[in-house]
Amino acid sequence: MTRGRVLAGLAVALAAVPFVPARIPGIFPAPLNAPGTLQLLALCLVFGAVALSYDLLFGYTGLLSFGHALFFSAGAYAVTIALSRWQWPLVPALALAAAVGLVLPLALGAVALRVRGIAFAMVTLAFAQAGSILVYSNPGGLTGGEEGLGLVVDRLPAQLIGVANTRYLYWIALAYLIVACLAAWGAVASRPGRIWPAIRENELRVEVLGAHTYPFKLLSFVVGCGLAAIGGVVYVLLVGGASPSITTAALSLALLVMVVLGGAGSLWGAVLGGALYEYLDFRLVALAGSSGIHALPAWLSVPLGEPLFILGIFFILLVLFFPGGIAAVPGRYRMARAAAPDGRRVPGASSAP
Amino acid sequence: MTALLEVRGLRVALGGSRILDDVSFTVPEGGVTALLGRNGAGKTTTLRAILGLVPRSGQVVLAGQDVGRLAAHEVVRRGIGYVPENRDVFSGLTVAENLRLAERMPQPRYGLVYELFPELRDRAGQRGGTLSGGQQQMVAIARALLNPNRILLVDEPTKGLAPMVVRRVIEVLAEVARNVTVLLVEQNLEAARGLARHAIVLDHGTTAYAGPFAALAGDAERIHRHLGVALAPADP
Amino acid sequence: MTTVVLLGVTGLGLGALYFLMASGLSLTYGLLRVLNFAHGVFLTAGAYTAWLIATRIGGPDGVRDAAAVAGAIVVGGILAAAVELALIRPLYRRHIEQVLATVGVALALGALAEGIFGADARPVPVPAWMRGVTPVLGAAVPNSRFVTIAAALLVLVGLGAFLRFTRWGLVVRAGVENRELVRALGIDVQRAFTLVFTLGGVAAALGGALSDGYFGTVDPQRGTAMLIYAFIVVVIGGLGSIVGSAAAAVLVGLLQQFANYYGSVWWGFPSAGDLAIVLLLIVVLLVRPRGLAGGPG
Repeated sequence: MTRGRVLAGLAVALAAVPFVPARIPGIFPAPLNAPGTLQLLALCLVFGAVALSYDLLFGYTGLLSFGHALFFSAGAYAVTIALSRWQWPLVPALALAAAVGLVLPLALGAVALRVRGIAFAMVTLAFAQAGSILVYSNPGGLTGGEEGLGLVVDRLPAQLIGVANTRYLYWIALAYLIVACLAAWGAVASRPGRIWPAIRENELRVEVLGAHTYPFKLLSFVVGCGLAAIGGVVYVLLVGGASPSITTAALSLALLVMVVLGGAGSLWGAVLGGALYEYLDFRLVALAGSSGIHALPAWLSVPLGEPLFILGIFFILLVLFFPGGIAAVPGRYRMARAAAPDGRRVPGASSAP
Repeated sequence: MTALLEVRGLRVALGGSRILDDVSFTVPEGGVTALLGRNGAGKTTTLRAILGLVPRSGQVVLAGQDVGRLAAHEVVRRGIGYVPENRDVFSGLTVAENLRLAERMPQPRYGLVYELFPELRDRAGQRGGTLSGGQQQMVAIARALLNPNRILLVDEPTKGLAPMVVRRVIEVLAEVARNVTVLLVEQNLEAARGLARHAIVLDHGTTAYAGPFAALAGDAERIHRHLGVALAPADP
Repeated sequence: MTTVVLLGVTGLGLGALYFLMASGLSLTYGLLRVLNFAHGVFLTAGAYTAWLIATRIGGPDGVRDAAAVAGAIVVGGILAAAVELALIRPLYRRHIEQVLATVGVALALGALAEGIFGADARPVPVPAWMRGVTPVLGAAVPNSRFVTIAAALLVLVGLGAFLRFTRWGLVVRAGVENRELVRALGIDVQRAFTLVFTLGGVAAALGGALSDGYFGTVDPQRGTAMLIYAFIVVVIGGLGSIVGSAAAAVLVGLLQQFANYYGSVWWGFPSAGDLAIVLLLIVVLLVRPRGLAGGPG
């Protein structure tokens, strides 16, 4: 079975979910094809794709950007403003978001990529912060400031409105993920894409060999950020509007956590990491509010009642003991089996000072 | 002839490539042993591996004690003085501060240091970054002399220095080598010949020769093969 | 005129708080090459410790406040040392993972603070003399501003003296330049790491305790909110340079205050200052990636 077949099968299986009335107790509170479950799954798919887009930059090309949320929210706000404030029809609004998703990373990346390392990370952080400030200040009443901007539904086709039609949104999210995966895998297999890991490993060496790394980095930046902007659009359709919380550094850091969880540099790992994170985020909130937690003594119920606390601890453990993330698990399993029966380390390992 | 420093099966891999692949040699106590080899043969890496500054596998035995598992600063405290390549001094610190940093014992040997390098006393308040190359080299050597080390690891001390300064450095090293063992990495064969009694040659990441320097100096073919240069015949 | 004076002193006071956070961040990055995202939590820990002590113990104002500040400093130092020993050290040389670990700490402890103390700001019993005002050139300036400025100056001088005159200060200065060479001289650089991290935590916690008096309230988000501006100050001032951070803190504090005020008055844009600072950072990074003081890039 080639990998292509496995993935196609997976896509078909995922597409079939809205027809499956099965229950998975403990994982989902409602049957699989219930609107609530589909909504959650759709969000997982969206963030799987956005995490993938971030992994292209960070894990694959080595560009540590702290501002990925900017592009996600730019797509979200562009389509929401066009539909709700300017009363545009759907297609032009989508086109605007696509244009923003192309032009914004091109413009900002051209500037930010003139520096590297920590300076680059700080510039991206600064851009994102500027974006966040602008959104919160509600210039000209465009963004709705702190309260966010609801999606006005008159311009949307009937199939996308209403709880009963959640399945169509789910399929849109799935389509987005598939497109993102195809784009990502296509990009890394392309000629410029094959330079990216070399840049991540040792940028100096690539330059010494005569290649200007700038255009390659810019390409990676535009592809990754552009995919995130599309993710913003799908997100807005799913949740019904844009809120300023998606512009904050908190989301950019969450994306970082997703990628590390999945294994930086491993593209399929990032998709898993994003989906898993989103699921955990949702479930932990439910868990934290549950009666079971409240019943515990205070010194346990207080920390466990905060989902971010559990996530933070989990993340620390992940970084300490599983730096390769989910993607490293198959490799470790193989290595563990290859070790000598009495547990001796595989020979040839070097000793650190 | 006792072995002060012994290296067995040293392996270093950095960034995916094997820089050192089974390097083994012995540095006898006393005098200067030259560590030679082409550019990129791994001479500097060998010194850094001995000190523990790079991850390595294999054995490093100093005066009979295995220091292979120790952290770099502990290895150094066993009595190794390091004079790094490119005369690394702290440019933001003054000469006096550069020296003070290197003090490890209660009685640092400033008397010896200022006797060999009187200008360091005059320039005590001068910032390291404003010193000339030769002066920086002096600071680097002086640092290693402050403590009663058993062995000095000296990495290309004459590189890029004016001929007069080179002569001075060689004189100082010869003087110093009367009381402490020196492992000297050098590309400048002439400089090494004046100083070294023993020679170790690295080629392709492994030991290609280990023996008396004089024997190597007489073997033009070998010199050419491993070092790619020719050595002028010694003055009669 | 009085407005300008008031804005000026308030800007300096804010800059002082930024400097208290930035000094530790700057040294930590310079020596350990780690961007410590948990630094905001040190400030928050200091703020809540001071608040807890001030609201729990009785006695004359002076004693109570001194105890609050002392308690905050101790807690900040211990917390920072714990983070360094438990997380940073084991991840030796893996800089990305170290940064990620600090992100985890920031998430977890930030959430814990919210869980324990609630997400809302709580009022702080500010000592009477701090609540009072002193006339300066006709403007009524709250005394809390002067206190923070004085504290920041104290820390600046203290850190400067530590770096210049003590052995460990020498080690830190050398390590910021070339930590491998410091190891090669037989010095256990790891101890300097713990020391610097702890000092950073102490300074941040002091800032937290003082911010209680400055704002009159304590809230769990303040550390994170201020962290980004502290980062900006550190980068503009030059990573690894204390003096650079001080100069940048003054610049950022003043710019933020003046621009926010006039932006609000002239254009109805009260975040003009925040935006201006962010743009300043971008300009500085593009023109001089190493920041104003030209520290290690």
